[in-house]
Amino acid sequence: MNFVMPDFYPAASEILLLVMACFILLVDLVLPSTKRWIIALLTQLTLVGCAIVTFVTADGQVVLTFSNMFVDDLLGDFLKLLVYVSVSAMLIYSRGYLAARNLEKSEFYLLVLFSTLGMMVMISASHFVSLYLGLELLSLSLYALVALDRDSPRATEAAMKYFVLGALASGLLLYGMSMIYGATGTLEIGGVAQSIYHGVANKTILVFGLVFLVSGLAFKLGLVPFHMWIPDVYHGAPTAITLFIGSAPKLAGFAIAMRLLVYGLFELAGEWQVMLTILAVLSIAIGNVVAVAQTNLKRMLAYSAISHMGFMLLGLLSGVVGGDRHFALNAYSSAMFYAISYVLMTLGSFGMILLLSRAGHEAENLEDFKGLSQRSPWFALMMGILMFSLAGVPFFVGFWAKFSVLLAVVDTGQIWLVVVAVFFSLIGAFYYLRVVKLMWFDAPIQTAPIEATLDMRMLLSVNGLAVALLGAFPQAIMTLCTFTLLRSL
Amino acid sequence: MDFKTATFYFLSTILVLAGLRVITARNPVHAVLFLVLAFFTASGLWLLLQAEFLAITLVMVYVGAVMVLFLFVVMMLDINIERLRQGFWSYLPLGAAIGLLMAAEMGVVLGGRYFWPETMPDPVAPPVGYSNTKELGRLLFTDYVYPFELASVVLLVAIIAAVMLTLRRRIDKKHQNPSEQIAVKRNDRLRIIAMPTEKE
Repeated sequence: MNFVMPDFYPAASEILLLVMACFILLVDLVLPSTKRWIIALLTQLTLVGCAIVTFVTADGQVVLTFSNMFVDDLLGDFLKLLVYVSVSAMLIYSRGYLAARNLEKSEFYLLVLFSTLGMMVMISASHFVSLYLGLELLSLSLYALVALDRDSPRATEAAMKYFVLGALASGLLLYGMSMIYGATGTLEIGGVAQSIYHGVANKTILVFGLVFLVSGLAFKLGLVPFHMWIPDVYHGAPTAITLFIGSAPKLAGFAIAMRLLVYGLFELAGEWQVMLTILAVLSIAIGNVVAVAQTNLKRMLAYSAISHMGFMLLGLLSGVVGGDRHFALNAYSSAMFYAISYVLMTLGSFGMILLLSRAGHEAENLEDFKGLSQRSPWFALMMGILMFSLAGVPFFVGFWAKFSVLLAVVDTGQIWLVVVAVFFSLIGAFYYLRVVKLMWFDAPIQTAPIEATLDMRMLLSVNGLAVALLGAFPQAIMTLCTFTLLRSL
Repeated sequence: MDFKTATFYFLSTILVLAGLRVITARNPVHAVLFLVLAFFTASGLWLLLQAEFLAITLVMVYVGAVMVLFLFVVMMLDINIERLRQGFWSYLPLGAAIGLLMAAEMGVVLGGRYFWPETMPDPVAPPVGYSNTKELGRLLFTDYVYPFELASVVLLVAIIAAVMLTLRRRIDKKHQNPSEQIAVKRNDRLRIIAMPTEKE
């Protein structure tokens, strides 16, 4: 029995978050329901505390702990910091919306904290079991959050659909993992890579497992043909929850794609790059074309999410060219840059829907944005910036994200892929710019004044300006992405 | 064929048939009962593998607790079988084609030489005094303590979610308050009115 006590220091932020979540659960017991703001404040303080701990403990070393199930590296620390920021922004955006619908329960904050913990576990996973448990922790909290408005038939239907398809995806992922375990004899991601490198593992079984693994991942990221749940869930869930599902979990999804495919199965890059190419082309094509026909903004953004995830894959699939790993760093950091800038834009655009919604009215249809420039020129400008950026108009951050991903594909020599991606994002530009046209050139239908708290207005302005400013200085984030990946690969 | 192999094939046949009946049974209660049978035979297979602790846990937790709950839920639900079967025939060709294709592919890969018992190393006989239960416990609380704790957090989330989705504090609910009932005085309920007797 030679058991060494695990090193708790690298996992300090996870431990802090779990302890605080349990503490908030207890505080909620004695707190009257009129003092909900204390729970909100405690949740925000927890996220700030976690951010400080993660920042202080980030030393750029790759440390494995808990019997090699937990990895602490710069990639994980950076992604975790971004997750805290986006969860915190999401909480600020959604307070007014939820309070107006009598949905601001303390369980909402708790489930958000637990799903944040799940994302952190996913980001730091170096073992199939911890990766899967982190994924389940995130997904289970999300299923419940989608049904937060339990009296709305649309929300419960969306939650049910999400739950059933999510369970199917988890099954696919687990089956793939079991096959890879069968071939390599280990569940550790590092061990899997070693075993494949030494040629011990049976290639047929590995590729067989890989197919299921990639399908499971595609389900979770919402890629065509595994995208059916995305529009229904985005549409059915309360907008605050849609904002949550659309933002931080995409970062965690990027992290597990990196951990599984790049860290674990890098030797099989030739195989999974082909699979990702199919998924990416289908997602970009169907996502952009179907989004044109949507009149509901939430559904439109759902299809846009599908196409953006396809674009992110373009970065992931151009790491290795014919056995040459020269391009890996550049390609993966461009995918990471894409994920980060997408999350930033998504936070802002769903934040705008929350801003325009009020008690008894959901500003989720395109018509609600008609003539926004007359009601509030400032926020019309912010929404304009976000839409331009999502469409990839130079020189906003979305443009640089698309540009760097496409450059990575050009390096691999797959020019046809670039042409397809650019063609469909041109189609996509139509529905983003339609929103801009409605805001600036149409007469308003809704005339009620915008009610929002000061913190939400300020954060939304910061968010919009950040999209514009990062577009002016894209190198700042790009360098950070390259640096963290360089220190973690 | 020795006794062990015969038992294996016997249990496996029942397991596969029971599994098939779970998805083909028309009555959901029957489906649950077939699932119970499947769990029982699976636990028998685990006993053959000398994983006695897991086998007993499977029976106790799944058959004893989970499936009983399942039965309760299925019996309480008012499932309209006819509505569930709507569109069955229109989806059948596509579903069956994809299912058969996947089954064929899986058969080709998994039927390969790699998974043949001949290529697998013989299991090493455990040392004397080896305890399956003790070994599992040791692993759970040492090497696998991190996933173990995570699983407990997943369960906590399940509790919170279940309470959030089902607990309702109804304002219009009628309920008794025993202490108020006991503390009631005669004057609260009964009013004695002095009335002059009426005369004809």
